[in-house]
Amino acid sequence: MTYRVSIFIELQEGVLDIQGKAVERSLAGMGHDALRSVKVGKYIQVWVETGSAEDARKEAERMCDDLLVNSVIEQFRIEVEGE
Amino acid sequence: MNTAVIVFPGSNCDQDVMHAVAGSLGTKVRAVWHKETTLPEDTDFVILPGGFSFGDYLRCGAMAARSPIMKAVAEHGRRGGLLLGICNGFQILTESRLLPGALLPNRTLNFVCRPCFLRVESVSTPFTSLFSKGQVVQFPIAHGDGLYTLPEEELKALEDRGGVVFRYSDSDGLTGDNANPNGSANNIAGIVNERGNILGLMPHPERASEALTGGEDGRVFWQSILESFTKGGR
Repeated sequence: MTYRVSIFIELQEGVLDIQGKAVERSLAGMGHDALRSVKVGKYIQVWVETGSAEDARKEAERMCDDLLVNSVIEQFRIEVEGE
Repeated sequence: MNTAVIVFPGSNCDQDVMHAVAGSLGTKVRAVWHKETTLPEDTDFVILPGGFSFGDYLRCGAMAARSPIMKAVAEHGRRGGLLLGICNGFQILTESRLLPGALLPNRTLNFVCRPCFLRVESVSTPFTSLFSKGQVVQFPIAHGDGLYTLPEEELKALEDRGGVVFRYSDSDGLTGDNANPNGSANNIAGIVNERGNILGLMPHPERASEALTGGEDGRVFWQSILESFTKGGR
């Protein structure tokens, strides 16, 4: 079965999110007074053909470890949906 | 000393660095395409050049670090062979975990392209042996992602073992925040691994290797490498 796996990547706590800060300043300058903070991350989708949703998750985790995520600065979470 | 310059799709300093090494040292320099799986057998020195490998997509250097040739490059480094990463090459070395830390977008989010003063922090590396400690040199920088970062404890460990080789400074060698072009931790511009044979730096010594292009401090850098190699037979 084909699964769509959504991978959400963000910078770890304590790593300077300079893009988030720039967007934050722009929004604040536009008058969004309720704004307290912005973080910018990445959203990647992969489609995998596996026997189960659990296997799809494991495949995606391997892709994160191999390439998609730099564990020195980033962290990620995964959502799996059957197509 | 035979030099191999690895060329990735999007490398754009490969010709410059080949010209600088050949011009400064008169030694043999070859280009090696990233899809190769082995280095030429007599390779002594490997350079990962600057550029925008794989369009800087995903993260700078991330995909180049997984190119077929990188297994042989890592093996060369593990055996103690001389390995240098300049700019995008430095990013590839951190992405390969051959050097600690990571390079993030500059704190100003600007691409910074200008001459830069650097203070030489260590002369006990094969890359800097002909400089004097504390000497100020000028190499240009040209990068959008040069903010060097690593977790606090690892930063301390790196500093304690003398792993910082170049620091951004002013012309007097002062390393204040105003001399920091990208927000790097402790003004770090270049670091070396524990064994001392793998160096990564953001500035471009190959662009400071002849008077025509604005300076010759880079020649001393190349000459250090050749002399260390000749003496040590690395």
